[in-house]
Amino acid sequence: MSAAARRGEAAFLAARRAIRARLALGAALLLAALLVAAWMSEFHPAAVAAGLPRAGDYFARLLPDLRLTTLFGGWETEGSLAFWFYRVDKWALLIVETANMAALATLAGGAAALLLAFPAARNVAPGAWSYRLARRGLEALRTVPEIVYALILVWAFGVGPLAGILAIAAHTTGALGKLFAEAVENAEMGPWDGVRAAGGTWAQACRLAVLPQVAPNLASYLLLRFEVNVRGASVIGFVGAGGIGQELYLVISQNYYEEISAILLLIVAVVVAIDLLSEAVRRRLGGEARA
Amino acid sequence: MSAPAAEGVARWKAALPRAFGPSPRQRAWRVAAGVAFLAWLAWALWLFDITPQRLWNGLSGLTAIVRLMIPPSPGELWRDILHGMAESVAMAFLGTVIAAVLAVPLGFMGARNIVTVTLLRFSLRRVFDGMRGVDQLIWALAFVRAVGLGPLAGVLALAVSDVATLSKLYAEAIENVDRRQAEGVTAAGGSRLMAIRYGILPQVLPVMLAQALYFFESNTRSASILGVVGAGGIGLQIAERIKVRHWDEVAFIILLMVATVGVIDWLGGKVRRRLIGGRAG
Repeated sequence: MSAAARRGEAAFLAARRAIRARLALGAALLLAALLVAAWMSEFHPAAVAAGLPRAGDYFARLLPDLRLTTLFGGWETEGSLAFWFYRVDKWALLIVETANMAALATLAGGAAALLLAFPAARNVAPGAWSYRLARRGLEALRTVPEIVYALILVWAFGVGPLAGILAIAAHTTGALGKLFAEAVENAEMGPWDGVRAAGGTWAQACRLAVLPQVAPNLASYLLLRFEVNVRGASVIGFVGAGGIGQELYLVISQNYYEEISAILLLIVAVVVAIDLLSEAVRRRLGGEARA
Repeated sequence: MSAPAAEGVARWKAALPRAFGPSPRQRAWRVAAGVAFLAWLAWALWLFDITPQRLWNGLSGLTAIVRLMIPPSPGELWRDILHGMAESVAMAFLGTVIAAVLAVPLGFMGARNIVTVTLLRFSLRRVFDGMRGVDQLIWALAFVRAVGLGPLAGVLALAVSDVATLSKLYAEAIENVDRRQAEGVTAAGGSRLMAIRYGILPQVLPVMLAQALYFFESNTRSASILGVVGAGGIGLQIAERIKVRHWDEVAFIILLMVATVGVIDWLGGKVRRRLIGGRAG
Protein backbone atom coordinates (compact mmCIF):
# COMPACT_ATOMS: atom_id res chain seq x y z
CA MET A 1 0.00 0.00 0.00
CA SER A 2 1.40 3.40 -0.91
CA ALA A 3 1.95 6.09 1.71
CA ALA A 4 -0.89 8.20 0.34
CA ALA A 5 -3.31 5.28 0.48
CA ARG A 6 -2.21 4.50 4.02
CA ARG A 7 -2.78 8.11 5.04
CA GLY A 8 -6.18 8.05 3.39
CA GLU A 9 -7.08 4.80 5.15
CA ALA A 10 -5.98 6.23 8.51
CA ALA A 11 -8.04 9.37 7.98
CA PHE A 12 -11.05 7.28 7.02
CA LEU A 13 -10.71 5.08 10.12
CA ALA A 14 -10.33 8.13 12.35
CA ALA A 15 -13.43 9.76 10.85
CA ARG A 16 -15.38 6.53 11.27
CA ARG A 17 -14.26 6.24 14.89
CA ALA A 18 -15.36 9.81 15.56
CA ILE A 19 -18.79 9.24 14.02
CA ARG A 20 -19.23 5.97 15.91
CA ALA A 21 -18.25 7.61 19.19
CA ARG A 22 -20.78 10.38 18.60
CA LEU A 23 -23.45 7.83 17.70
CA ALA A 24 -22.71 5.83 20.85
CA LEU A 25 -22.95 8.98 22.96
CA GLY A 26 -26.26 9.89 21.32
CA ALA A 27 -27.60 6.38 21.83
CA ALA A 28 -26.55 6.41 25.50
CA LEU A 29 -28.26 9.78 26.02
CA LEU A 30 -31.41 8.54 24.29
CA LEU A 31 -31.43 5.37 26.37
CA ALA A 32 -31.00 7.34 29.60
CA ALA A 33 -33.84 9.67 28.61
CA LEU A 34 -36.02 6.69 27.74
CA LEU A 35 -35.36 5.04 31.09
CA VAL A 36 -36.19 8.23 32.98
CA ALA A 37 -39.35 8.69 30.90
CA ALA A 38 -40.41 5.08 31.45
CA TRP A 39 -39.86 5.45 35.17
CA MET A 40 -41.77 8.75 35.28
CA SER A 41 -44.74 7.46 33.32
CA GLU A 42 -44.95 4.15 35.22
CA PHE A 43 -44.15 2.21 32.07
CA HIS A 44 -42.93 -0.83 34.01
CA PRO A 45 -42.41 -4.07 32.04
CA ALA A 46 -44.80 -5.90 34.36
CA ALA A 47 -47.51 -3.27 33.97
CA VAL A 48 -47.13 -3.26 30.20
CA ALA A 49 -47.16 -7.05 30.01
CA ALA A 50 -50.34 -7.13 32.07
CA GLY A 51 -51.93 -4.17 30.32
CA LEU A 52 -51.41 -4.99 26.65
CA PRO A 53 -53.46 -8.23 26.62
CA ARG A 54 -56.21 -6.42 28.49
CA ALA A 55 -56.11 -3.62 25.94
CA GLY A 56 -56.31 -6.16 23.12
CA ASP A 57 -59.20 -7.86 24.85
CA TYR A 58 -60.97 -4.52 25.30
CA PHE A 59 -60.65 -3.52 21.66
CA ALA A 60 -61.75 -7.00 20.54
CA ARG A 61 -64.90 -6.59 22.60
CA LEU A 62 -65.72 -3.34 20.78
CA LEU A 63 -66.21 -5.30 17.57
CA PRO A 64 -69.91 -5.87 16.96
CA ASP A 65 -71.40 -9.32 17.00
CA LEU A 66 -72.61 -9.42 13.39
CA ARG A 67 -74.02 -12.59 11.91
CA LEU A 68 -74.30 -13.03 8.18
CA THR A 69 -77.66 -14.78 8.31
CA THR A 70 -79.37 -11.99 10.22
CA LEU A 71 -77.28 -9.08 8.94
CA PHE A 72 -80.24 -7.17 7.52
CA GLY A 73 -82.78 -8.10 10.16
CA GLY A 74 -84.77 -5.56 12.14
CA TRP A 75 -83.47 -3.72 15.16
CA GLU A 76 -84.72 -6.46 17.49
CA THR A 77 -82.73 -9.22 15.76
CA GLU A 78 -79.40 -9.89 17.43
CA GLY A 79 -76.45 -9.86 15.04
CA SER A 80 -78.00 -7.43 12.55
CA LEU A 81 -76.68 -4.02 11.51
CA ALA A 82 -79.86 -2.41 12.78
CA PHE A 83 -79.29 -4.00 16.19
CA TRP A 84 -75.75 -2.60 16.28
CA PHE A 85 -76.91 0.89 15.31
CA TYR A 86 -80.22 0.73 17.15
CA ARG A 87 -79.94 4.29 18.40
CA VAL A 88 -78.71 5.76 15.14
CA ASP A 89 -81.48 8.39 15.07
CA LYS A 90 -80.33 9.88 18.36
CA TRP A 91 -76.66 9.73 17.37
CA ALA A 92 -77.36 11.32 13.98
CA LEU A 93 -78.96 14.27 15.75
CA LEU A 94 -75.97 14.56 18.06
CA ILE A 95 -73.56 14.42 15.10
CA VAL A 96 -75.50 17.19 13.36
CA GLU A 97 -75.32 19.18 16.58
CA THR A 98 -71.56 18.55 16.77
CA ALA A 99 -70.98 19.69 13.18
CA ASN A 100 -73.06 22.81 13.83
CA MET A 101 -71.07 23.55 16.98
CA ALA A 102 -67.89 23.32 14.91
CA ALA A 103 -69.35 25.56 12.20
CA LEU A 104 -70.54 28.23 14.63
CA ALA A 105 -67.24 28.15 16.52
CA THR A 106 -65.23 28.40 13.31
CA LEU A 107 -67.35 31.32 12.17
CA ALA A 108 -67.10 33.19 15.47
CA GLY A 109 -63.39 32.49 15.81
CA GLY A 110 -62.80 33.44 12.18
CA ALA A 111 -64.64 36.74 12.61
CA ALA A 112 -62.59 37.63 15.69
CA ALA A 113 -59.40 36.51 13.93
CA LEU A 114 -60.22 38.71 10.93
CA LEU A 115 -60.54 41.76 13.17
CA LEU A 116 -57.28 40.99 14.99
CA ALA A 117 -55.30 39.97 11.89
CA PHE A 118 -54.90 43.52 10.56
CA PRO A 119 -53.34 45.00 13.68
CA ALA A 120 -51.25 41.80 13.95
CA ALA A 121 -49.80 42.13 10.43
CA ARG A 122 -46.48 43.95 10.36
CA ASN A 123 -47.13 45.78 7.10
CA VAL A 124 -50.51 47.31 7.91
CA ALA A 125 -50.44 47.54 11.73
CA PRO A 126 -51.30 51.10 12.78
CA GLY A 127 -48.48 51.15 15.34
CA ALA A 128 -45.76 49.08 16.96
CA TRP A 129 -47.78 48.71 20.14
CA SER A 130 -50.98 47.48 18.55
CA TYR A 131 -48.87 45.02 16.54
CA ARG A 132 -47.20 43.62 19.63
CA LEU A 133 -50.43 43.54 21.63
CA ALA A 134 -52.38 41.73 18.89
CA ARG A 135 -49.58 39.23 18.24
CA ARG A 136 -49.11 38.34 21.91
CA GLY A 137 -52.86 38.18 22.43
CA LEU A 138 -53.29 35.72 19.57
CA GLU A 139 -50.37 33.67 20.87
CA ALA A 140 -51.92 33.50 24.34
CA LEU A 141 -55.27 32.46 22.86
CA ARG A 142 -53.85 29.59 20.84
CA THR A 143 -51.42 28.12 23.37
CA VAL A 144 -54.19 27.12 25.77
CA PRO A 145 -55.82 23.88 24.59
CA GLU A 146 -59.53 23.85 23.75
CA ILE A 147 -60.34 21.32 26.42
CA VAL A 148 -58.90 23.59 29.13
CA TYR A 149 -61.03 26.49 27.88
CA ALA A 150 -64.01 24.14 27.92
CA LEU A 151 -63.32 23.03 31.51
CA ILE A 152 -63.30 26.66 32.65
CA LEU A 153 -66.19 27.88 30.46
CA VAL A 154 -68.44 25.08 31.66
CA TRP A 155 -68.29 26.78 35.06
CA ALA A 156 -69.10 30.20 33.63
CA PHE A 157 -71.70 29.30 30.97
CA GLY A 158 -73.09 26.09 32.38
CA VAL A 159 -72.94 22.56 31.01
CA GLY A 160 -73.92 22.41 27.35
CA PRO A 161 -72.91 23.25 23.79
CA LEU A 162 -72.50 26.99 24.38
CA ALA A 163 -69.41 26.43 26.53
CA GLY A 164 -67.98 24.11 23.89
CA ILE A 165 -68.62 26.55 21.07
CA LEU A 166 -66.95 29.40 22.93
CA ALA A 167 -64.00 27.19 23.92
CA ILE A 168 -63.37 26.12 20.33
CA ALA A 169 -63.93 29.68 19.11
CA ALA A 170 -61.32 31.06 21.53
CA HIS A 171 -58.67 28.60 20.39
CA THR A 172 -59.67 29.12 16.74
CA THR A 173 -59.24 32.88 17.08
CA GLY A 174 -55.62 32.40 18.11
CA ALA A 175 -54.80 29.80 15.48
CA LEU A 176 -56.53 31.54 12.58
CA GLY A 177 -55.43 35.03 13.61
CA LYS A 178 -51.81 34.08 13.10
CA LEU A 179 -52.47 32.51 9.68
CA PHE A 180 -54.64 35.45 8.62
CA ALA A 181 -51.99 37.95 9.72
CA GLU A 182 -49.36 36.10 7.71
CA ALA A 183 -51.62 36.14 4.65
CA VAL A 184 -52.09 39.91 5.08
CA GLU A 185 -48.32 40.36 5.39
CA ASN A 186 -47.87 38.67 2.01
CA ALA A 187 -50.38 40.96 0.28
CA GLU A 188 -49.32 43.35 -2.46
CA MET A 189 -49.00 46.85 -0.95
CA GLY A 190 -49.68 48.85 -4.15
CA PRO A 191 -53.46 48.98 -3.70
CA TRP A 192 -52.93 49.97 -0.05
CA ASP A 193 -50.82 52.96 -1.03
CA GLY A 194 -53.41 53.86 -3.64
CA VAL A 195 -56.33 53.86 -1.21
CA ARG A 196 -54.35 55.79 1.41
CA ALA A 197 -53.18 58.34 -1.18
CA ALA A 198 -56.77 58.84 -2.32
CA GLY A 199 -57.66 59.78 1.27
CA GLY A 200 -59.06 56.48 2.47
CA THR A 201 -58.98 55.75 6.19
CA TRP A 202 -57.07 52.82 7.70
CA ALA A 203 -60.20 50.69 7.91
CA GLN A 204 -61.17 51.51 4.33
CA ALA A 205 -57.70 50.54 3.13
CA CYS A 206 -57.94 47.22 4.97
CA ARG A 207 -61.34 46.54 3.49
CA LEU A 208 -60.75 47.72 -0.08
CA ALA A 209 -57.04 47.19 -0.68
CA VAL A 210 -56.05 44.11 1.33
CA LEU A 211 -59.18 42.06 1.92
CA PRO A 212 -59.98 41.34 -1.76
CA GLN A 213 -56.43 40.06 -2.27
CA VAL A 214 -56.38 37.71 0.71
CA ALA A 215 -60.03 36.63 0.82
CA PRO A 216 -59.60 33.32 -1.11
CA ASN A 217 -56.68 32.42 1.13
CA LEU A 218 -58.59 33.26 4.29
CA ALA A 219 -61.60 31.24 3.17
CA SER A 220 -59.32 28.30 2.52
CA TYR A 221 -57.77 28.55 5.99
CA LEU A 222 -61.26 28.87 7.48
CA LEU A 223 -62.40 25.63 5.86
CA LEU A 224 -59.25 23.84 6.95
CA ARG A 225 -59.90 25.00 10.49
CA PHE A 226 -63.49 23.83 10.22
CA GLU A 227 -62.20 20.31 9.55
CA VAL A 228 -59.98 20.50 12.64
CA ASN A 229 -62.83 21.88 14.72
CA VAL A 230 -65.21 19.06 13.79
CA ARG A 231 -62.70 16.69 15.37
CA GLY A 232 -62.37 18.96 18.38
CA ALA A 233 -66.12 19.31 18.79
CA SER A 234 -66.53 15.54 18.79
CA VAL A 235 -64.49 15.21 21.99
CA ILE A 236 -65.23 18.47 23.78
CA GLY A 237 -68.32 16.81 25.24
CA PHE A 238 -65.99 14.72 27.44
CA VAL A 239 -65.95 17.64 29.87
CA GLY A 240 -69.65 18.36 29.50
CA ALA A 241 -69.49 20.92 26.70
CA GLY A 242 -72.05 19.36 24.34
CA GLY A 243 -72.07 17.35 21.15
CA ILE A 244 -71.57 13.64 20.49
CA GLY A 245 -68.63 13.53 22.92
CA GLN A 246 -70.96 13.58 25.89
CA GLU A 247 -72.75 10.46 24.62
CA LEU A 248 -69.44 8.79 23.74
CA TYR A 249 -68.10 9.49 27.23
CA LEU A 250 -71.22 7.94 28.69
CA VAL A 251 -71.09 4.72 26.66
CA ILE A 252 -67.34 4.33 27.23
CA SER A 253 -67.60 4.77 30.96
CA GLN A 254 -70.57 2.41 31.15
CA ASN A 255 -68.87 -0.21 28.95
CA TYR A 256 -71.58 -0.47 26.29
CA TYR A 257 -69.01 -2.02 24.00
CA GLU A 258 -70.95 -2.26 20.75
CA GLU A 259 -72.30 1.25 21.06
CA ILE A 260 -68.76 2.59 21.41
CA SER A 261 -67.72 1.14 18.07
CA ALA A 262 -70.96 2.28 16.44
CA ILE A 263 -70.46 5.88 17.58
CA LEU A 264 -66.77 5.85 16.66
CA LEU A 265 -67.63 4.60 13.18
CA LEU A 266 -70.19 7.38 12.79
CA ILE A 267 -67.71 10.04 13.93
CA VAL A 268 -64.96 8.79 11.61
CA ALA A 269 -67.40 8.61 8.68
CA VAL A 270 -68.68 12.14 9.25
CA VAL A 271 -65.17 13.54 9.77
CA VAL A 272 -63.96 11.94 6.54
CA ALA A 273 -67.04 13.14 4.64
CA ILE A 274 -66.58 16.71 5.86
CA ASP A 275 -62.86 16.57 5.01
CA LEU A 276 -63.61 15.45 1.45
CA LEU A 277 -66.32 18.07 1.00
CA SER A 278 -64.20 20.89 2.34
CA GLU A 279 -61.22 19.75 0.27
CA ALA A 280 -63.35 19.97 -2.86
CA VAL A 281 -64.51 23.48 -1.95
CA ARG A 282 -60.95 24.54 -1.12
CA ARG A 283 -59.71 23.30 -4.48
CA ARG A 284 -62.37 25.41 -6.20
CA LEU A 285 -61.40 28.46 -4.18
CA GLY A 286 -57.82 28.02 -5.33
CA GLY A 287 -56.26 29.46 -2.19
CA GLU A 288 -52.75 28.54 -1.13
CA ALA A 289 -53.50 26.68 2.05
CA ARG A 290 -53.04 22.93 1.82
CA ALA A 291 -53.85 20.15 4.20
CA MET B 1 -72.92 62.72 -19.33
CA SER B 2 -73.23 63.66 -22.96
CA ALA B 3 -75.44 61.62 -25.23
CA PRO B 4 -72.74 59.92 -27.34
CA ALA B 5 -70.90 58.78 -24.19
CA ALA B 6 -74.07 57.32 -22.72
CA GLU B 7 -74.66 55.58 -25.99
CA GLY B 8 -71.15 54.14 -25.85
CA VAL B 9 -71.68 52.90 -22.32
CA ALA B 10 -74.90 51.22 -23.37
CA ARG B 11 -73.12 49.56 -26.29
CA TRP B 12 -70.31 48.25 -24.07
CA LYS B 13 -72.84 47.07 -21.52
CA ALA B 14 -74.54 45.02 -24.18
CA ALA B 15 -71.24 43.64 -25.45
CA LEU B 16 -69.57 42.92 -22.08
CA PRO B 17 -72.29 42.64 -19.45
CA ARG B 18 -70.01 40.97 -16.89
CA ALA B 19 -67.66 43.95 -16.73
CA PHE B 20 -70.49 46.04 -15.29
CA GLY B 21 -71.10 44.03 -12.15
CA PRO B 22 -72.98 40.82 -11.50
CA SER B 23 -75.80 39.71 -13.73
CA PRO B 24 -79.34 39.55 -12.30
CA ARG B 25 -78.97 35.79 -12.03
CA GLN B 26 -75.74 36.06 -10.09
CA ARG B 27 -77.33 38.66 -7.87
CA ALA B 28 -80.30 36.38 -7.20
CA TRP B 29 -77.92 33.55 -6.29
CA ARG B 30 -76.05 35.79 -3.88
CA VAL B 31 -79.23 36.94 -2.19
CA ALA B 32 -80.43 33.34 -1.90
CA ALA B 33 -77.11 32.26 -0.41
CA GLY B 34 -77.21 35.15 2.05
CA VAL B 35 -80.76 34.31 3.10
CA ALA B 36 -79.87 30.62 3.50
CA PHE B 37 -76.86 31.55 5.61
CA LEU B 38 -78.92 33.83 7.86
CA ALA B 39 -81.58 31.14 8.22
CA TRP B 40 -78.94 28.58 9.21
CA LEU B 41 -77.41 31.04 11.68
CA ALA B 42 -80.77 31.77 13.28
CA TRP B 43 -81.55 28.06 13.48
CA ALA B 44 -78.15 27.26 15.01
CA LEU B 45 -78.49 30.05 17.58
CA TRP B 46 -81.95 28.75 18.44
CA LEU B 47 -80.71 25.13 18.58
CA PHE B 48 -77.97 25.95 21.06
CA ASP B 49 -80.15 28.44 22.91
CA ILE B 50 -77.64 31.24 22.49
CA THR B 51 -79.19 34.48 23.72
CA PRO B 52 -77.58 37.80 24.65
CA GLN B 53 -78.88 37.20 28.17
CA ARG B 54 -77.00 33.89 28.51
CA LEU B 55 -73.85 35.33 26.98
CA TRP B 56 -73.97 38.28 29.35
CA ASN B 57 -74.49 36.09 32.43
CA GLY B 58 -71.70 33.77 31.36
CA LEU B 59 -69.34 36.66 30.72
CA SER B 60 -69.92 38.08 34.18
CA GLY B 61 -69.26 34.60 35.61
CA LEU B 62 -66.09 34.42 33.55
CA THR B 63 -64.91 37.81 34.79
CA ALA B 64 -65.36 36.60 38.34
CA ILE B 65 -63.27 33.51 37.56
CA VAL B 66 -60.53 35.52 35.88
CA ARG B 67 -60.45 37.89 38.86
CA LEU B 68 -59.95 34.90 41.16
CA MET B 69 -57.14 33.68 38.91
CA ILE B 70 -55.02 36.73 39.64
CA PRO B 71 -52.45 36.38 41.05
CA PRO B 72 -51.61 32.80 39.96
CA SER B 73 -50.33 30.72 42.83
CA PRO B 74 -48.82 27.23 42.94
CA GLY B 75 -50.78 26.41 46.09
CA GLU B 76 -49.65 23.98 48.77
CA LEU B 77 -49.49 20.94 46.51
CA TRP B 78 -46.98 22.46 44.09
CA ARG B 79 -44.94 19.24 44.17
CA ASP B 80 -47.86 17.35 42.63
CA ILE B 81 -48.14 19.98 39.92
CA LEU B 82 -44.45 19.77 39.00
CA HIS B 83 -44.60 15.99 39.09
CA GLY B 84 -47.63 16.02 36.80
CA MET B 85 -45.86 18.29 34.34
CA ALA B 86 -42.79 16.03 34.28
CA GLU B 87 -45.07 13.05 33.84
CA SER B 88 -46.71 14.70 30.83
CA VAL B 89 -43.34 15.35 29.17
CA ALA B 90 -42.24 11.77 29.92
CA MET B 91 -45.47 10.40 28.46
CA ALA B 92 -45.01 12.46 25.31
CA PHE B 93 -41.38 11.35 24.94
CA LEU B 94 -42.07 7.66 25.45
CA GLY B 95 -45.18 7.69 23.27
CA THR B 96 -43.30 9.41 20.45
CA VAL B 97 -40.33 7.01 20.60
CA ILE B 98 -42.59 3.94 20.58
CA ALA B 99 -44.63 5.32 17.70
CA ALA B 100 -41.54 6.35 15.71
CA VAL B 101 -39.90 2.94 16.12
CA LEU B 102 -43.06 1.04 15.16
CA ALA B 103 -43.75 3.36 12.26
CA VAL B 104 -40.48 2.58 10.44
CA PRO B 105 -41.37 -1.00 9.42
CA LEU B 106 -45.03 -0.04 8.94
CA GLY B 107 -43.99 2.90 6.76
CA PHE B 108 -41.91 0.60 4.56
CA MET B 109 -44.87 -1.75 4.28
CA GLY B 110 -47.13 1.10 3.25
CA ALA B 111 -44.78 2.49 0.61
CA ARG B 112 -45.66 1.83 -3.02
CA ASN B 113 -42.07 1.30 -4.14
CA ILE B 114 -41.32 -1.30 -1.43
CA VAL B 115 -44.46 -3.38 -1.11
CA THR B 116 -45.92 -4.08 -4.51
CA VAL B 117 -48.85 -6.13 -3.21
CA THR B 118 -51.55 -3.50 -3.70
CA LEU B 119 -54.18 -5.16 -1.54
CA LEU B 120 -51.91 -5.34 1.52
CA ARG B 121 -50.71 -1.76 1.11
CA PHE B 122 -54.20 -0.44 0.43
CA SER B 123 -55.78 -2.14 3.45
CA LEU B 124 -52.90 -1.07 5.71
CA ARG B 125 -53.36 2.55 4.65
CA ARG B 126 -57.13 2.44 5.19
CA VAL B 127 -56.62 1.05 8.70
CA PHE B 128 -54.27 3.96 9.41
CA ASP B 129 -56.84 6.40 8.01
CA GLY B 130 -59.47 5.01 10.34
CA MET B 131 -57.14 5.21 13.34
CA ARG B 132 -56.25 8.80 12.49
CA GLY B 133 -59.92 9.73 12.41
CA VAL B 134 -60.21 8.88 16.11
CA ASP B 135 -59.06 11.71 18.36
CA GLN B 136 -56.26 11.18 20.87
CA LEU B 137 -58.61 11.92 23.76
CA ILE B 138 -60.88 9.08 22.65
CA TRP B 139 -57.90 6.72 22.52
CA ALA B 140 -56.90 7.88 25.99
CA LEU B 141 -60.37 7.28 27.40
CA ALA B 142 -60.51 3.82 25.83
CA PHE B 143 -57.07 2.90 27.17
CA VAL B 144 -58.03 4.16 30.61
CA ARG B 145 -60.93 1.71 30.55
CA ALA B 146 -58.64 -1.04 29.22
CA VAL B 147 -55.48 -0.72 31.36
CA GLY B 148 -56.65 1.47 34.22
CA LEU B 149 -56.07 5.06 35.32
CA GLY B 150 -52.56 6.45 35.06
CA PRO B 151 -49.87 7.55 32.65
CA LEU B 152 -49.51 4.11 31.04
CA ALA B 153 -52.89 4.61 29.34
CA GLY B 154 -51.69 8.01 28.11
CA VAL B 155 -48.46 6.61 26.67
CA LEU B 156 -50.36 3.88 24.82
CA ALA B 157 -52.95 6.35 23.52
CA LEU B 158 -50.26 8.71 22.19
CA ALA B 159 -48.27 5.83 20.67
CA VAL B 160 -51.29 4.26 18.93
CA SER B 161 -52.65 7.47 17.45
CA ASP B 162 -49.18 8.62 16.34
CA VAL B 163 -48.24 5.30 14.75
CA ALA B 164 -51.04 5.82 12.24
CA THR B 165 -49.96 9.33 11.27
CA LEU B 166 -46.21 8.71 11.36
CA SER B 167 -46.54 5.53 9.26
CA LYS B 168 -48.33 7.52 6.59
CA LEU B 169 -45.73 10.30 6.65
CA TYR B 170 -42.86 7.78 6.59
CA ALA B 171 -44.47 5.88 3.71
CA GLU B 172 -44.75 9.13 1.75
CA ALA B 173 -41.10 9.99 2.50
CA ILE B 174 -40.03 6.54 1.32
CA GLU B 175 -42.05 6.89 -1.86
CA ASN B 176 -40.28 10.15 -2.62
CA VAL B 177 -36.70 8.84 -2.42
CA ASP B 178 -34.27 8.86 -5.29
CA ARG B 179 -34.43 5.31 -6.69
CA ARG B 180 -31.00 5.34 -8.29
CA GLN B 181 -29.13 4.68 -5.05
CA ALA B 182 -31.12 1.54 -4.28
CA GLU B 183 -30.67 0.42 -7.87
CA GLY B 184 -26.93 0.97 -7.51
CA VAL B 185 -26.80 -1.26 -4.44
CA THR B 186 -28.77 -3.97 -6.24
CA ALA B 187 -26.55 -3.68 -9.33
CA ALA B 188 -23.46 -4.13 -7.13
CA GLY B 189 -24.90 -7.45 -5.96
CA GLY B 190 -26.73 -6.31 -2.82
CA SER B 191 -29.88 -8.07 -1.70
CA ARG B 192 -33.27 -6.37 -1.46
CA LEU B 193 -32.81 -5.82 2.28
CA MET B 194 -29.37 -4.31 1.68
CA ALA B 195 -30.84 -2.02 -0.97
CA ILE B 196 -33.32 -0.76 1.61
CA ARG B 197 -30.64 -0.41 4.28
CA TYR B 198 -27.94 1.31 2.18
CA GLY B 199 -29.95 2.78 -0.67
CA ILE B 200 -33.14 4.08 0.95
CA LEU B 201 -32.71 4.37 4.71
CA PRO B 202 -29.92 6.99 4.61
CA GLN B 203 -32.14 9.19 2.44
CA VAL B 204 -35.23 9.01 4.65
CA LEU B 205 -33.67 8.88 8.11
CA PRO B 206 -33.24 12.67 8.50
CA VAL B 207 -36.83 13.24 7.39
CA MET B 208 -38.06 10.59 9.81
CA LEU B 209 -36.10 12.08 12.69
CA ALA B 210 -37.36 15.57 11.97
CA GLN B 211 -40.96 14.38 11.86
CA ALA B 212 -40.55 12.40 15.08
CA LEU B 213 -39.27 15.57 16.75
CA TYR B 214 -42.28 17.54 15.50
CA PHE B 215 -44.49 14.85 16.95
CA PHE B 216 -42.73 15.06 20.28
CA GLU B 217 -43.49 18.77 20.38
CA SER B 218 -47.14 18.27 19.48
CA ASN B 219 -47.44 15.32 21.87
CA THR B 220 -46.26 17.49 24.73
CA ARG B 221 -49.35 19.64 24.11
CA SER B 222 -51.60 16.58 23.90
CA ALA B 223 -50.07 14.85 26.91
CA SER B 224 -50.81 17.88 29.04
CA ILE B 225 -54.56 17.43 28.52
CA LEU B 226 -54.92 13.64 28.40
CA GLY B 227 -55.11 13.64 32.20
CA VAL B 228 -58.54 15.26 31.93
CA VAL B 229 -59.91 11.79 31.13
CA GLY B 230 -57.64 10.11 33.71
CA ALA B 231 -54.65 9.19 31.55
CA GLY B 232 -52.00 10.77 33.77
CA GLY B 233 -49.99 13.96 33.58
CA ILE B 234 -50.74 17.58 34.36
CA GLY B 235 -54.27 17.36 32.90
CA LEU B 236 -55.41 15.43 35.95
CA GLN B 237 -54.07 18.20 38.22
CA ILE B 238 -55.84 20.95 36.30
CA ALA B 239 -59.13 19.04 36.18
CA GLU B 240 -58.98 18.48 39.95
CA ARG B 241 -58.18 22.14 40.67
CA ILE B 242 -61.08 23.24 38.48
CA LYS B 243 -63.44 20.85 40.24
CA VAL B 244 -62.67 22.44 43.61
CA ARG B 245 -62.46 25.93 42.05
CA HIS B 246 -58.93 26.80 43.12
CA TRP B 247 -58.69 29.26 40.25
CA ASP B 248 -55.32 30.76 41.22
CA GLU B 249 -53.75 27.32 41.02
CA VAL B 250 -55.51 26.68 37.71
CA ALA B 251 -53.92 29.84 36.33
CA PHE B 252 -50.52 28.72 37.61
CA ILE B 253 -50.88 25.32 35.91
CA ILE B 254 -51.91 26.94 32.62
CA LEU B 255 -48.87 29.22 32.74
CA LEU B 256 -46.63 26.24 33.56
CA MET B 257 -48.09 24.28 30.62
CA VAL B 258 -47.53 27.17 28.23
CA ALA B 259 -43.96 27.66 29.47
CA THR B 260 -43.12 23.95 29.21
CA VAL B 261 -44.52 23.67 25.70
CA GLY B 262 -42.49 26.73 24.74
CA VAL B 263 -39.28 25.26 26.18
CA ILE B 264 -39.86 21.91 24.41
CA ASP B 265 -40.51 23.68 21.10
CA TRP B 266 -37.32 25.67 21.47
CA LEU B 267 -35.28 22.58 22.39
CA GLY B 268 -36.84 20.60 19.56
CA GLY B 269 -35.89 23.29 17.07
CA LYS B 270 -32.29 23.26 18.32
CA VAL B 271 -31.97 19.47 18.18
CA ARG B 272 -33.59 19.37 14.75
CA ARG B 273 -31.09 21.87 13.37
CA ARG B 274 -28.18 19.90 14.86
CA LEU B 275 -29.37 16.49 13.69
CA ILE B 276 -30.25 17.28 10.14
CA GLY B 277 -28.13 20.36 9.52
CA GLY B 278 -29.04 21.78 6.13
CA ARG B 279 -29.91 18.47 4.55
CA ALA B 280 -33.67 18.40 4.92
CA GLY B 281 -35.29 21.79 4.41
